[in-house]
Amino acid sequence: MATEVRTPRTGSAHRGSFSSRKVFILAAIGSAVGLGNIWRFPYVAYENGGGAFILPYLVALLTAGLPFLLLDYALGHRNRGSAPLSFARTHRRTEWIGWWQVGICFVIAVYYAAVIAWAVRYTGFSVSKAWGDAPDEFLFGTFLQAGDPGVSLDVVPGVLVPLAVVWLAVLVVMSLGVQKGIGATAVVFIPVLILAFGALVVRALFLPGAGIGLDALFRPDWAALTQTSVWAAAFGQIFFSLSVGFGIMITYSSYVGRRTDMTGSGLVVGFANSGFELLAGIGVFAALGFMAQAQGVAVDEVASDGLGLAFVAFPAIINEAPAGALIGVLFFGSLVFAGVTSLVSVIEVVISAVRDKFEMTRLGATLTVVLPSAVVSLVFFSTTSGVYVLDIVDHFINRYGILLVAVVSMVAVAWFARALGPLAAHLNRTGSVPLGRWWTVLIAAVTPAALTVVLVRELVADLASPYEGYPAWMLGLFGWGIAAVVLALAGAAMLVRWRASTSLTPPDDDPAEHTAEVAR
Amino acid sequence: MTSGAIVMMLFAMLVLWGGLGLAVWNLVRRSKAPEEKYRRDL
Repeated sequence: MATEVRTPRTGSAHRGSFSSRKVFILAAIGSAVGLGNIWRFPYVAYENGGGAFILPYLVALLTAGLPFLLLDYALGHRNRGSAPLSFARTHRRTEWIGWWQVGICFVIAVYYAAVIAWAVRYTGFSVSKAWGDAPDEFLFGTFLQAGDPGVSLDVVPGVLVPLAVVWLAVLVVMSLGVQKGIGATAVVFIPVLILAFGALVVRALFLPGAGIGLDALFRPDWAALTQTSVWAAAFGQIFFSLSVGFGIMITYSSYVGRRTDMTGSGLVVGFANSGFELLAGIGVFAALGFMAQAQGVAVDEVASDGLGLAFVAFPAIINEAPAGALIGVLFFGSLVFAGVTSLVSVIEVVISAVRDKFEMTRLGATLTVVLPSAVVSLVFFSTTSGVYVLDIVDHFINRYGILLVAVVSMVAVAWFARALGPLAAHLNRTGSVPLGRWWTVLIAAVTPAALTVVLVRELVADLASPYEGYPAWMLGLFGWGIAAVVLALAGAAMLVRWRASTSLTPPDDDPAEHTAEVAR
Repeated sequence: MTSGAIVMMLFAMLVLWGGLGLAVWNLVRRSKAPEEKYRRDL
C-alpha cells in the first residue's frame, strides 16, 4: 500500500508543530470551547432535567466524549498527518473518511465566520445599545435585513465588512503557521476569554434575580432521567461541544511532540471544556434570572438558546441591567474570542489536508484554502438571505455530516481497520492514563451506539416535519444537498494519488521516521 | 435558590472544576521528565 520513496520534506518538522504541550492544550481548548459552550449548553441542561442533567452529562463525558477525544488524538499523534493522511495510514481504504471530515470543516468554516462577524458588530452595538427596545426586530430587520426565506444576492454592507475583516484575520493567522499563528492565537485568546467571561459571570451573579435563574438551571428534575431524550441530549451536547470526530483533534495532535502525554492532556482538554460550559451556564442563567424578574415573568419565558439567546435575549438583558454596556462588551467579546479560536481550528483541518496531499508550502495551502472559503462565505452569508441559509446548513451539516462521520469513523477504525489495539498501545507508550480493554469496548460499541441513537432521533424528527418550516427546495439544496455533496466529494478526493514522497506507512512502523525522530 | 438546586450546583462545580484540577495536577506531576526540545514551525 505504501510508497517506498521518502524525503525529509515529509517529516513532521516540516508540517509545523506546537512548541510545547501547553500550547497544544490551549489550542485544543480553544477549539473545543466555542459558541456552543456559551449559547447551547445552558439551555440544553435547563430543558433536560436541570440539575439532574449533570448525571447523564457526566456519563456521556466519561463514556463517549473523552474516549472519542483520545481516539482522535491517537489517530493524529500516531500517524503524524492531517485527517485524510492519518486515515490513509490507518487503512488505505479509510482515507475518504478523512476527506469527508475536511469537507465538513470547509462548510462549517464558511458559515461560522459569519456568526463571528455578527458578534463583532454586536460588541460595538453594546456600547450604544443600538438595538433599541426591540432587539429581535433590530436583528432581523435593521441589521441582517432578512426578507422571506429564499436566496438573495442583495448584499448587507453591515455584515459584509466585518465578515471580510474576520477572513482577513484568519488569513493572517493561518499564514503564520501552527505555532506562530494557531498556537500564539490560543495563548493570547484563551486567557482573555476566561478573564472576560469570568468578569461577566461575576457581574451577572450580582444582578437582582440571579438566584431565580440559577434555581431554574440547577433545580433537579429526577424524573427526566427516565427519558431517552434526556440521555440523547447529554450525549449530543458532549459530542458537539468537544470538537471531536471531524478532524480537528486529529490534525492538532499530529503537531505534538512524540513523547507528549496525550491521555493526560486529553483529560485536561475534556474537563476544561466542560468546566467552561458550567461557567457559561451560571453566567447565562444568572442574567436570564435578572431578565425574568425585571419583566415579572417566569424564567422559561425568557430562556432560549443559539442565535435567539445571543442576539435577542442578551441585548434585552443589556438594556435592563446596570452597567449593561459592560455586560454586552464582555458577552459579545467572549463570543468573538471563543469563535475565532474555534474557526482557526476548523480551517486548519482543510489547510493541513491540502498541504499533505499536494505537499504545498504553508502560505500556498493557506491561500488555496482561505481565499475560496472567504469568497463562498461572503457570497452566501453577507446577503439578506444569509441567516436562513446559515440556519439550514448548520442544522444539517451537524447531524448528517459531523454526527454521521463520527459514527462511521469509529466503526471503520474499530471493525474494518481493526486499529484500536495499535492506537491504544501508541497512547499507552507515553500516556499517564492507561487505555485498557474498557477503551476498546467504548469506542467499538458504546459510543457509536449512543451516537447512532442521537442520529436516528434527529433523522426521524427531520423526516417527520420540515426543519423550522423552511421550503422543501431550500432544505434539499442547502441541507440534504450540501451534506450529500460533501460525502461525494470525499470519495472523489480519495482518487487523487498521494505524491510519491508521501509514505502511507504509520511513522510508528517506519524505521526511517524513527531514526529521524531520534535525531531531532 | 432551593436546597436541591444548591446541592446540584455545588456537585457540578466539584465534579467538573475538581476534575479539571485533578487532570492538571496529574499532568504536572507527570511532567517532571525533561520537556522535549522545541521544534520550529517551518
